[in-house]
Amino acid sequence: MTTSATLDERSQHLLRELAPQVLAIVARRFRDFPDAEDAVQEALIAAALQWPQAGVPENPRGWLIRVAMRRMMDALRSDEARRGREEEVAAEAVLNRTEQDIDLEPEVDDTLHLFFMCCHPALTPASSIALTLRSLGGLTTGEIARSFLVPEATMAQRISRAKASIKASGVRFEAPAHRERRERVAAVLHVLYLMFSEGYAATSGEEAQRSELSGEAIRLGRALHGLIPEDPEIAGLLALMLLTDARREARTGKNGELIPLDKQDRSLWNRAAIDEGVRFLDAAIAKGAIGKYQLQAVVAALHDEARRAEDTDWRQILALYELMMKLEDNPVVALNHAVATAMVYGPSDGLELLRPLDADPRTATHHRLDAVRAHLLEMAGDYPAAISQYRLAASRTMSLPEQRYLQMQAARLSETSPGAADA
Amino acid sequence: MNYILLMTGTKAGVDAYRTWSKSDIEGHFAFLGGLNKELTESGEFVANDGLGGPEHARIVRAGNDGLPITDGVFPESKEFLLGYWIVDVETPERAYEIAARLSAGPAPGGNRTVMPIEVRQIMTKRATEL
Repeated sequence: MTTSATLDERSQHLLRELAPQVLAIVARRFRDFPDAEDAVQEALIAAALQWPQAGVPENPRGWLIRVAMRRMMDALRSDEARRGREEEVAAEAVLNRTEQDIDLEPEVDDTLHLFFMCCHPALTPASSIALTLRSLGGLTTGEIARSFLVPEATMAQRISRAKASIKASGVRFEAPAHRERRERVAAVLHVLYLMFSEGYAATSGEEAQRSELSGEAIRLGRALHGLIPEDPEIAGLLALMLLTDARREARTGKNGELIPLDKQDRSLWNRAAIDEGVRFLDAAIAKGAIGKYQLQAVVAALHDEARRAEDTDWRQILALYELMMKLEDNPVVALNHAVATAMVYGPSDGLELLRPLDADPRTATHHRLDAVRAHLLEMAGDYPAAISQYRLAASRTMSLPEQRYLQMQAARLSETSPGAADA
Repeated sequence: MNYILLMTGTKAGVDAYRTWSKSDIEGHFAFLGGLNKELTESGEFVANDGLGGPEHARIVRAGNDGLPITDGVFPESKEFLLGYWIVDVETPERAYEIAARLSAGPAPGGNRTVMPIEVRQIMTKRATEL
């Protein structure tokens, strides 16, 4: 920062709060998301430079709208080919008012369209996440870069490329056709789910920088739920995130080692998050239209509600995975289904279900298949085979904490059953 | 996925490089700078560093007392790391493509360096639910 004075925390918070609102208003006026995003970023920079000296204006939102609209107008005027749009006239009318009189509020749909824009199918998931964090989360490019562990310049380019793709795709800032709406909501949910997973997957070393991604995904999930409270899958995803995040503290040990669900100290689970997740879930299920996020959330809730690992209702979980198998062809679901089957009917039934996955190119050489097989072989008491599968999985994973965990499992079995390792 | 591209060389190679002409050196650095800029623009750049020459290199082992024992001279024939790039790419093929670009850097006489680039995937610290 080149300025001597910087914004205090309250003003920073205010800017974060206002940024998506201002963007929604400006994008609607000009029906142009990428340019509006640029203009709002410039307005935010102007605020960060001017407010520490001049003080926070009486109507900060009006101030930001005015500055962003002026930037939009300047950009439009310098672009001869785009002159004379009706948007220009509308913006002129706003600019003629004083800041105090700019009492525009974003409409519910404007904010929803922001979600649709940022999670547009023309974008890669990674750029959707970055754009959503900036446009709707109000995070700075530097903050987003830090959570993705890349330099700020790299992240800035990812964001501007994402905006260029939106521009190139020709989509305007307006409501998608009614028949498209469902798909677009699904795309938003997918992006929020990925954002959450990015943060939740963080382990020691990266945790501090990345875990805010999960918090941000939950915050945005709440915002989206507020916009369309009647959509049970939005509520389902929100519940899933809360019910999963509740276990965060228990999922790694003090030396950063992974702790599987059945070995976790359940007193570390966040009861308040579990209760809240269950409330969202109950309300969603009552609406009738079941979907994959609700189903996953029910599984998460069944785990969270078991006081001890052995109290887990595996029969119900198995039934849920059976439903999920019908809903989508997803190898991760198939693996979990095999585990649930083993928990209910014994390991040999589970192992049988893993066989077809050997022929599936998505899982054939994937370490998760080896890891699940190792686990079920151990359940079946076939230690030599379990040890070799744990080792195979360890050699295949590209995750350091998973590799360490899998090697520890192989070592533990070799020590408890001497001779097994050499078989 | 993060990949590290390791550029390795020999002392003989470094010695030869030190005799390059001004314009050859400039041409090579312009190429490297351009590539880094390109990787930033494509959103793939994570890090890049060059390492000090072999005369600054030491091999260190712990002695019985835990104190460092350093080898005096770096062996002539040994291959060593010259520098590295870390890129965040979608596929391994893309990492190979960038490595090939690096290997095709300009050398004197209109030639290419054809330096060997070792491509290694960096393990993530992330973990899925068990």
